[in-house]
Amino acid sequence: MIGSHTTIETYDVLSWRKEICARVGAGRRFAGLFATVDDPVVRLSALVTADCDIDVLDTTVPLEVSQYPSLASVLPSAAWYEREIHDTTGLVPVGHPRLDPLVLPLPGDARRPMPGSKTPAPSVDLDESTIPPRVLGHGIFTIPHGPVRSGVFESVEYLVETPGEDIPYVGIRVYAKHRGIEKRFEGLTTQEGVLLAERVEGVASVAHALAFSHAVEKLADITPPPRAQYWRVILAELERIANHLDVAMKCADAAGLAVAVARFGYHKENILRLVGAVTGSRFGRGIVVPGGLAREIAVEPGELATRLTEIIGHVRADVELLMSTSSFLDRLRTTGPLDPTLARVHGALGPVGRASGLDDDARWFRPYDGYAKLPPLPAPSSAVGDALARLQMRWAEIWNAAELIRRAADVLEEIRSEVLCTDVADCGGRAVGWAEAPQGEVLYAVECEDGRIRRCKPRSASFHNLVLFHDVFRGDIFTDFPFIEASFGLSIAGAAG
Amino acid sequence: MPWISRGARVVTTRWPRRADQYADRFPATVSPTSAFASPEMAEVCPTGAIRVDDDQVRVDRGRCILCGRCVRHFPRHFRFTPGSEIARLARDALVVPELDKTDGAVRAVRDELSARTRALRRSVHIRHIDVGSDGADEWEVLALLNPIYDVHRLGIFFTASPRHADILLVTGVGTRGMREPLARTLDALPRPCVVIAAGTDAISGGLVHPTYATHGGIADLVPVDVWVPGSPPTPFSLLHGILLAIGRMSS
Repeated sequence: MIGSHTTIETYDVLSWRKEICARVGAGRRFAGLFATVDDPVVRLSALVTADCDIDVLDTTVPLEVSQYPSLASVLPSAAWYEREIHDTTGLVPVGHPRLDPLVLPLPGDARRPMPGSKTPAPSVDLDESTIPPRVLGHGIFTIPHGPVRSGVFESVEYLVETPGEDIPYVGIRVYAKHRGIEKRFEGLTTQEGVLLAERVEGVASVAHALAFSHAVEKLADITPPPRAQYWRVILAELERIANHLDVAMKCADAAGLAVAVARFGYHKENILRLVGAVTGSRFGRGIVVPGGLAREIAVEPGELATRLTEIIGHVRADVELLMSTSSFLDRLRTTGPLDPTLARVHGALGPVGRASGLDDDARWFRPYDGYAKLPPLPAPSSAVGDALARLQMRWAEIWNAAELIRRAADVLEEIRSEVLCTDVADCGGRAVGWAEAPQGEVLYAVECEDGRIRRCKPRSASFHNLVLFHDVFRGDIFTDFPFIEASFGLSIAGAAG
Repeated sequence: MPWISRGARVVTTRWPRRADQYADRFPATVSPTSAFASPEMAEVCPTGAIRVDDDQVRVDRGRCILCGRCVRHFPRHFRFTPGSEIARLARDALVVPELDKTDGAVRAVRDELSARTRALRRSVHIRHIDVGSDGADEWEVLALLNPIYDVHRLGIFFTASPRHADILLVTGVGTRGMREPLARTLDALPRPCVVIAAGTDAISGGLVHPTYATHGGIADLVPVDVWVPGSPPTPFSLLHGILLAIGRMSS
């Protein structure tokens, strides 16, 4: 079960850094880092896993000093977080290996958005010339893929550095799509905030709404009614199935298997229609709110389970065929390998991490809602780490998701109470909520004052995992790119913020 | 070749030639059901889509994100409305009940657009561009190619190059970082061309706008011809918008 409150400890800068490293050295996972401007200081908050929980470790840096010894210099997985903090606050982590702009390339003298600060943020004008080129080595040139890409994709620019065919390095530029969504949370009520959370990473709307709601529910010290808890499991697992089918479709598309693309596109559409029938929204939006669920569910749990079983039966037949199509498997096997050691050191999340030997899964390690009461059903991890292993992990998760939905539906048939939502009083304080999205663990660090959000930091799995792209192209060539990208199954909206 | 046996059964919709249950029944919009107006109605809406003026309550579908808060708080005065044919040719026409003045204006817009797209009517190529979506909009655009919607049957194709495109389909709130790429992409399209604002984010910025990094939708960045509401817009609504753009459907 989720603890009733979040443990927050405060340190001075040097012991803060030491404490984080000590915990990571002792086997905990570094899960995120963010800054809150609280004039005249900036508060840095690191998120580190604990037993069935996520702890917050704070330190403060005076704004007029505006620098501190970099965490990334001793803990590489903090690198992107410190770049993001530098972009939004101007704080300089001294000793950072490469402090290029990540989400906001701004000229040195520009006013920055200052998340948490009560002064409104001025509109920004991006300046790409602030990003130094990297190109290293003889005969290497760069090919920009994006931000407008060939096909229906989210906007992102991959700057591929190549001597011709190999891909020694991929630069990742997400800033074109940066929406400044964190800052938008500030001042909203928690009931409005959950709607915005759904739009941080739209393909994982339910997981984001859950993680946000869990944080608020901790602050208000309430537990959603049992019916809502089991329906939340069903909605989250349907979302997982849809996302994994999307990955399957994109992998098949990369291999040019038109029939497989059509089949998995068809299955995905059927899942979205099922979500639509249940919630009125094809992405399950507007239904998960702090306290439970916002409105009555339109489909009986038994009927939903029957309809799902039929869809999954069709999926199974196509998966068997796809996984015996050698021209497809040849493209995935050994492609885009994520080394298990790197995965562990970085704390790779979700199916990407689980296909590289990690077993962390918020649903079973830090269970919430109905997951805390259902018998655990983790998909066994694999240590192979290539694109094929990632796809196989997703199949296993689809079958388990279907089984979880059946079990949750069985329990729901027995629940007599009609109640779907507990009242949420205006609350204050800080808390961290989480949920396991299809992409991996989503974290929300929420700070409220009298029922209004003062600061909200969504940390998507996409942001945490995307940096691994730097390391998975070794030995691969151009035509492997779409397989690797698809097998990660990340959302740029979630990564760009 | 075992794949050959797959998909022998036709799953494709006949819409728009024949009615489609899913298209007709999906609750793709919210409408006021009575003229009763109170200022509290506007307060429950997180995006300011509900306007109360002159004792008349109106819903601006270009701002509505379908969160259902109005339906929950005022079940007798608002309801989810089934039907996917919700794209419009003028921004004002997204307001329901319609403002009196829009009728004539829409007719003029339709005539101009119809003349412009006459040559494209039977076959069009679409270039999609994301200028700050939440990612869900791309799923719905991509769904148009799945066997259920299969837009190829209508002579509608997606193209990788803007140089081959007749329609620019824009999703997302309009980030400041995508302003230039959007302008350059539109420049690269041959004329005549049509711009579709797909989704509430693209129309007005939805719930995400305003922030330091967004424009409130794409209307200030490019000339928009067709407006498709929805958060995200459903595939049927997108298809309606596309057919509307090339004069093959009415709004």
